[in-house]
Amino acid sequence: MSAVETSSKLDAKIPAGPIAEKWTRYRFENKLLAPNNKRKFHVIVVGSGLAGGSAAATLAEQGYKVTCFCFHDSPRRAHSVAAQGGINAAKNYQNDGDSVFRLFYDTVKGGDFRSREANVYRLAEVSSEIIDQCAAQGVPFSREYGGLLANRSFGGAQVSRTFYSRGQTGQQLLLGCYAALNRQIKSGGVTMVTRHELLDIVQVEGHARGIVTRDLKTGEISSHAANAVVLATGGYSNVFYLSTNAMGSNVTATYRAYRRGAFFANPCFTQIHPTCIPAAGDYQSKLTLMSESLRNDGRVWVPKKQGDTRKPREIPEAERDYYLERKYPSFGNLAPRDIASRAAKEACDDKRGVGPGGRGVYLDFKDAIARLGKDAVAARYGNLFDMYNRITGENPYETPFRIYPAPHYTMGGLWVDYNLMSTIPGLFVIGEANYSDHGANRLGASALMQGLADGYFVLPATIAQYLAGFKGLVSDTRPAAFREVEQDVKGRLEKLLQVGGNKSSASFHRELGQVLWDKCGMSRTEAGLKEALGKVKDLRERFWKEVRVPGRIDQLNPALEEANRVADFLHMGELMCHDALQRDESCGAHFREEHQTPDGEAKRNDQDFCYSSAWEYTGDDAVPTLNKEPLEYENVKLAVRSYK
Amino acid sequence: MDLTLNVWRQERADAPGKIVSYDVPGVDEEMSFLEMIDVLNERLIEKGEEPIAFEHDCREGICGSCSMVINGVPHGPQPETTTCQLYMRHFKDGDTIFVEPFRAKAFPVLRDLIVDRSAFDRIQQAGGYISINTGNAPDANATPVNKEASEAAIDAAQCIGCGACVASCKNASAMLFVAAKVSHLSLLPQGQPERYQRVLNMVSTMDDEGFGACTNQSECEAVCPKGISVSYISRMNRDYLRASVSTPV
Repeated sequence: MSAVETSSKLDAKIPAGPIAEKWTRYRFENKLLAPNNKRKFHVIVVGSGLAGGSAAATLAEQGYKVTCFCFHDSPRRAHSVAAQGGINAAKNYQNDGDSVFRLFYDTVKGGDFRSREANVYRLAEVSSEIIDQCAAQGVPFSREYGGLLANRSFGGAQVSRTFYSRGQTGQQLLLGCYAALNRQIKSGGVTMVTRHELLDIVQVEGHARGIVTRDLKTGEISSHAANAVVLATGGYSNVFYLSTNAMGSNVTATYRAYRRGAFFANPCFTQIHPTCIPAAGDYQSKLTLMSESLRNDGRVWVPKKQGDTRKPREIPEAERDYYLERKYPSFGNLAPRDIASRAAKEACDDKRGVGPGGRGVYLDFKDAIARLGKDAVAARYGNLFDMYNRITGENPYETPFRIYPAPHYTMGGLWVDYNLMSTIPGLFVIGEANYSDHGANRLGASALMQGLADGYFVLPATIAQYLAGFKGLVSDTRPAAFREVEQDVKGRLEKLLQVGGNKSSASFHRELGQVLWDKCGMSRTEAGLKEALGKVKDLRERFWKEVRVPGRIDQLNPALEEANRVADFLHMGELMCHDALQRDESCGAHFREEHQTPDGEAKRNDQDFCYSSAWEYTGDDAVPTLNKEPLEYENVKLAVRSYK
Repeated sequence: MDLTLNVWRQERADAPGKIVSYDVPGVDEEMSFLEMIDVLNERLIEKGEEPIAFEHDCREGICGSCSMVINGVPHGPQPETTTCQLYMRHFKDGDTIFVEPFRAKAFPVLRDLIVDRSAFDRIQQAGGYISINTGNAPDANATPVNKEASEAAIDAAQCIGCGACVASCKNASAMLFVAAKVSHLSLLPQGQPERYQRVLNMVSTMDDEGFGACTNQSECEAVCPKGISVSYISRMNRDYLRASVSTPV
C-alpha cells in the first residue's frame, strides 16, 4: 500500500463492494430515467470512431437527443477503421482457462499496475457482450469450418481470446457501429454533423454546456449547446509526428478541454508498437503498422554479429539471435509491446539492427511457411503480406519482414472517474481519449475492446446519473460564455494566419517529433527530459514567429487545420515531458534509464509512484500542478511483471 | 527523379477549375504518391503559394479518404492499390502525371482534389444496417454461419467506401458499392429479416442521389482497391428482382 495522498480535487467515485459486484450494484443503485424524460436531454458526442459512434447510436436508441460531430467527410473514416489485429473478450470459447478475472488480471499486469482496478474489471466484464452485439449487427468475424467464431492469441496473454476479421477487424467493427449510427440518423435520433472540428468547449456555471466548432467546408465558427458533452476524440500519438495514427488524428479536443480545466492523466504513458515498417527517408509522413498478430507465427531475430550486412537468407541459423525467445522463453515472440519494442531498440543500439540505418529487426515466416504451408499463412495474414509488399517492394514470403517500433497508442488521456466523467462536470471522455484502463502499457486487441465497452455499455449507463440532475433540455447557445469562446477561437485562427513567416507547420511538427522521439520515446532520462522541455518551448516560440499558414479562415483550408493542430501538439509535447520527468521510476512503456534491473527490465517503485498523475493546467507557459490518485490493489497482488 | 505534375485546381465548389502544371524535381522512388504531393505542397507554402488540397488520412489503404484520378485512372496504375499505397517506384524520371479529382454528378468538387461523397452515407442510412439495439444480442456462437458464406460476406465487407468504382464508370454508377454493402448483410443469417426491404431502399436512394445505371463494363472491379467482384452486382440484382416481384410473407 502506498503512502500517497489523494488530491482533494479528485474523486474516483468507485462503488463500494467486492470487485465482481461493483458494476451490477452500481447499475441497480443508479437513477433510472424514464423514456419520455430521456427525450428531454441533449448529448453532444464528438468523434465517430468505435467509442463515439457506439455511444451516439446507443444513447439515441435509449431515447436521448444526440448530435454527433466528426471532422471527416463520413463517420466511417475515423481512425478506428485502421485497427488490424483483433478485439479481446473473455468468452473462453476455446476452453483454455480464460475468464473475466483472467482478462482483468492480464490487463492490470500488462499495464504494469498503473490502472484503476474497478474500471479494468468492468471492462473485462462487458467484453463478452461486445462480441455478441457485434455479431448480431452483422460484423463478419473470421470463423471456423463449423461456423463458430475463430480466435487467435495476442501479446501478454497465454490464452486465445482475440476475435478478428481477417486483418481488418477495426474496419469491420467500425462499420458495425457506423451501421447502428446510420439507423439512428435515419430515424432522427442522431443529428450527424460531418466535416466539423471541435475547437473548444464551453462551460456555464462550471459545467460543460457545449462546444465551439469550425465548419471545415466553409470555415464558419459556431456554437452548439447540450446537457452534456462526450469527447471520443482518440489519442495523441501524432505528437511524435511519425506514428501509426492517421494524418488527421490530433490532440486538439482533449488539449483544449485540459486548458479549460479537465485534468490530463499520465500523458507520458505512450505506447511504442514493436512491429511497424521502418522509415525510408526524411519525407516519411507516417509509419505503417504490421499487426501484432504476425507474432503468432513469425519469429523475431537479428544477426548475432554486429554490423552483419549479409542478406537474411545467407545468415545461418546458428548465427541468428531470436532475442525474444531467448530472453522471454515463456511468452517468446508474444511478449507485451513495451518489452518487445525495447528489446528491438536494444538490439539496434548494439549495432545488430538490419536495413537502412540499422534501425530494423527481422520478423521471419520461413518456419511458419514450412510448418503450415504458404496457403495457410496467406489465408491468415495475406493482406498484411500484400501491404508490406506494396510499401517496401519486398516479398515477405521469400525474405523476412523488416520491422521497427513506432508510436501507436496513448494510454494517457483526460482523467475520468468511474462514471467516465472528467474533472469538468458534464464533460465525459471515452475510448483512447481517456486514460482509464490500460495503465502504463496496453495489451494488443484491448483498444477496440475498450472503445466499444465505453460506447455501447458503460457511458450510456453512467451518463444517466449526471443527466438526472437536470430539469429540461439544454440547447441555448445565447449565454455570454459561448460568445467569449467563439471570440477566443477566431482570434487564435486569425493569429495563425497573420504570422506570415516562411515555414510550413509540418516542418515544426517534424522537429517536435524528433525531439520527443529522442528524449521522451522508448527510453527517457532526467537530463534528456530537461533538455527536451527547453527545446519544445523554443520550438513553440519559433512556430509563432516563423510559420506560414496560407489561405483564409472562411474557406476549406487544410493548411489552417494542420497549423491549428500542430500548435496544440507543441504544448502537449511539453506536458508529456513534465510528466515523464516527474515520474522518477520505470513502469510499462515509461522507461527511465535510471531505474532498471541488472538485465535491463523496467524497475517500478510502488512505494512512491503507485498513483495516476492528473495534471492541472495553470497557464500556457506555466508548469502544471500535479494531483495524485493513489491506486489501491485489493484483488491483484502488486508483483514484478515477468514474462520470462 | 524529376517529374511534371498537371493538377486540377479549383478554389471552391462554384468556381471554375483548371489544370495547373508544376515541376517536381528530386522525387525519391521510396516516396508514396501522397508524400510526393506533401513535398510539393511544402515547397508551395514556402514560396507563398496555396498548397494543393487533397483528402487523405490513414495512409494505409483502409479509411477510403484518398480520391485522386492519376493519369485517367482512379487511384492510379497499380491494381488493388489506393493512392496512399502507390509508391513512386512505379513511375520514372521525366514522367508527366495528370492528377484530377474523382468525377461524378453525385460527387461535387469542394476544392482542388476534394469531392463530396456524402451520397454514400445517405445510401447506407437508407437501410445498410441490421436493426438491433445495444444489449439485445444473443450469444455470438448461438448463430453459426456457414464458412463459405462468411468468407463471401467478408470479401464484400472489405469495401472502404472510397468511390473509385463511381469515378471509373462512364455512367458514374454506384452499383459495385451498393452491391457490396447489400451483399455483406444478405449473405449472413443476421441480415435475413430485412434482406428484401433493404435492397429496395438502398437502390432507390442510390437512384435519387444521381448515380447512373450499370451497363456491365466492369471498370469498377478493375479499379477497386479491395478487388471487389462484379459478381456481387449480379447477387444484388437477383435480390432486387426477388424483392420487386414477391411479397415477403
